[in-house]
Amino acid sequence: MPRVLLIEDDAAVRDGVSLALRRRGHEVAAAASGEEGLEVLPGFRPDIVLLDLMLPGKDGFEVCRLIRAERQLPIIMLTARGDDLDVVLGLEAGADDYIVKPARGEVLEARMRAVLRRTALPADGTPAAAEPGPAPVETYGELAIDRAGLVVGKGGQDLALAPSEMKLLLFLSATPGQVFSRQQLLEHVWEHSYHGDARLVDACVMRLRTKIEDIPRSPRYVQTVRGFGYRFGPL
Amino acid sequence: MKRPALRIPLLPRLRTGNPQLLRGLRARLVVGFLVVAALSALTTALLTYQEARNAILQRSQDIAVNDLRAQVNSLAPELPVPPAQADLDSLRVQLERSGKSRDWDISVHYSGVRDSGDGSLRGDVVVPDDLKASVEKRHVPAFQRVDRGGDPWLLIGMPVRQSDGRASALTVYAQLPLSAEESNVEALVSAAQRGALPVLVLTVVLALLAARGVLRPVRGLRQAAGRIAEGKLDTRLEVKGADEIADLSRTFNDMAARLEESMAELRRLESNSRRFAADVSHELRTPLAAMTAVTDVLDEDADSLDPDTASAVRLISQETGKLARMVEDLMEVSRFDAGAAALHLDEVDVGETIRKTLQARAWQKRVTAQLPADVRAGLDPRRLDVVVANLVGNALHHGGEPVRVRLHAPEPGADRLLIEISDSGPGIDPEVLPHVFERFYKADSARARSEGSGLGLAIAMENVRLHGGSMRAANSPEGGAVFTVDLPLRHEEAGEPASEGSADPPDDEASTAGGPAADDERDGVRSRAGKETHA
Repeated sequence: MPRVLLIEDDAAVRDGVSLALRRRGHEVAAAASGEEGLEVLPGFRPDIVLLDLMLPGKDGFEVCRLIRAERQLPIIMLTARGDDLDVVLGLEAGADDYIVKPARGEVLEARMRAVLRRTALPADGTPAAAEPGPAPVETYGELAIDRAGLVVGKGGQDLALAPSEMKLLLFLSATPGQVFSRQQLLEHVWEHSYHGDARLVDACVMRLRTKIEDIPRSPRYVQTVRGFGYRFGPL
Repeated sequence: MKRPALRIPLLPRLRTGNPQLLRGLRARLVVGFLVVAALSALTTALLTYQEARNAILQRSQDIAVNDLRAQVNSLAPELPVPPAQADLDSLRVQLERSGKSRDWDISVHYSGVRDSGDGSLRGDVVVPDDLKASVEKRHVPAFQRVDRGGDPWLLIGMPVRQSDGRASALTVYAQLPLSAEESNVEALVSAAQRGALPVLVLTVVLALLAARGVLRPVRGLRQAAGRIAEGKLDTRLEVKGADEIADLSRTFNDMAARLEESMAELRRLESNSRRFAADVSHELRTPLAAMTAVTDVLDEDADSLDPDTASAVRLISQETGKLARMVEDLMEVSRFDAGAAALHLDEVDVGETIRKTLQARAWQKRVTAQLPADVRAGLDPRRLDVVVANLVGNALHHGGEPVRVRLHAPEPGADRLLIEISDSGPGIDPEVLPHVFERFYKADSARARSEGSGLGLAIAMENVRLHGGSMRAANSPEGGAVFTVDLPLRHEEAGEPASEGSADPPDDEASTAGGPAADDERDGVRSRAGKETHA
């Protein structure tokens, strides 16, 4: 079971969420502040971080950035619904997804599982891993994508992609040229409902572009099709 | 007047300028001034004219009569009695000569002696009978003004008395022109005319000046009132002087100040109560977050508890969920009230969006959906989801199944999108109908505690309004309630922050965008897209 680091300043919420996750078999470390969380992180080696945005001292955005600078582990923000700006800033800081409080244990669980799932399936349901033999490393321009090893390199250098960025790139590049609407990407990559928050997609595309594109403002790999969505290539 | 300009801002423009000019205060002042000036000038002139004319004529008459009498008195005694025609003629000539300067025209009569032809008055003037009678019968001198060829003449009849005072048979008639006097009077009239014209002009100028003095403050007042009507409550007038208009301005300023105060107070109260609702829901949310997280634990373990405790635990779990939904709805309403609700427009397939809403809530079996394909519109799919879910949920709870959702495919070129949600229940009480979108409005007091928060329809309405659309509730003739969502069908750009200058894709790409597409079509998209991005 995944190990979870929960950073949440409200004691009741911290206890409640910890209890719910422990009951589901997770190993949970709970921190009451960002500083404490960053301290616990190297020793605890969590598989995923649940991060409240409203924290005393270092706030959630800063904590998120500090974690991202070193590790590409999944980060889920805990936020209150409608705190729209928080969501945008959190996603820009590198969070993979967010959960609106209050949330039931099963919602937390489902969202964590979705983020932790290592492969993304393309729309036609053919898993990339199902191809016979070891999947070769695909190359698109300067980009090298190793689906099995979950490694993406550019010009011979490995890129540090956050889990959501990796999944989005794998999903889009599985069918180059096919356009996916934001809603479809939300359903397939984030496993949200069709009516989820499309800003997740936009923010993730932005972050991905800064890492893989030469000029993020005129992208080659992840292109926008106005009015319809995104597609990979064509180069 | 300009009064209606405030209430109906459109009308003054529709009216033509002229009637307004005539009805304006300025015109009325000018006309008033003119009428008063003209009346006074006319009256003065008329009275002066009459008096002066009478005085002038009277004096000339008196002088003429006296002159004639003096001449007759000096000449008549020399007349033989009874005189011959020649004597009378010579008297006439003498009299005429003596009155040469006056241009007298004399005629002399003696009863019993026939008038000679050339002794009568020139110009065929016939002496009127009553004058003749008063002179020859009653023997009193008489005079009368006559008109001869358009010119005024004075006609004098004078009986000559004998030295003993008895009336004689001799009568002298004289006529003399009054043209000099007439021209004097005419000079008077033309003087009055010449005087009146500049006075009238001056009156107009004065009236315009007075009108400006009154109208400028009035115009200021009107503009200020207009600004107040527009909601600029900090509008104040400059108070000058101590006249009635200054009083009015002061009163206006007082009114505006009071209005501003009350509005500020109202706004403050309203924002306080809104902030209170928002704060309360916000504060409730943290404990709710803790409780909600552990409701699963309660549900799972309830089975192993004793029945009473199990019921209590399940109740707490359920109601915690409802409480959380209510607080969320309250927060949502607070955001709308605070204007903090943001619209994230996306170009979506509307039918698909509605179908997903029904799927997500497992309503496909209970709801008949009529969703034409390829209706695309720029809207916020999350908010449309809330609208449809609230309306369908409401129809399922309060109406009767089957519930129908119908998306009307817009006509080509139409700019509205209609979504109709109808149920097969008893419909909505007509008295309730106008209130269905009100917050916490309960149609049926017996069902005071329903599934929802009592905010569902209000939130749906706010979401539709945020899109610039509208929503209607009605009863269908076949029974059952019908809710109609009317949204603008705009095709806006997807809210993608990065712009790459790629043009809008061709329409046929819509078919390849969704779902798996045939390979050849996909190739088509690829080649087109390549041109778009790299050209």
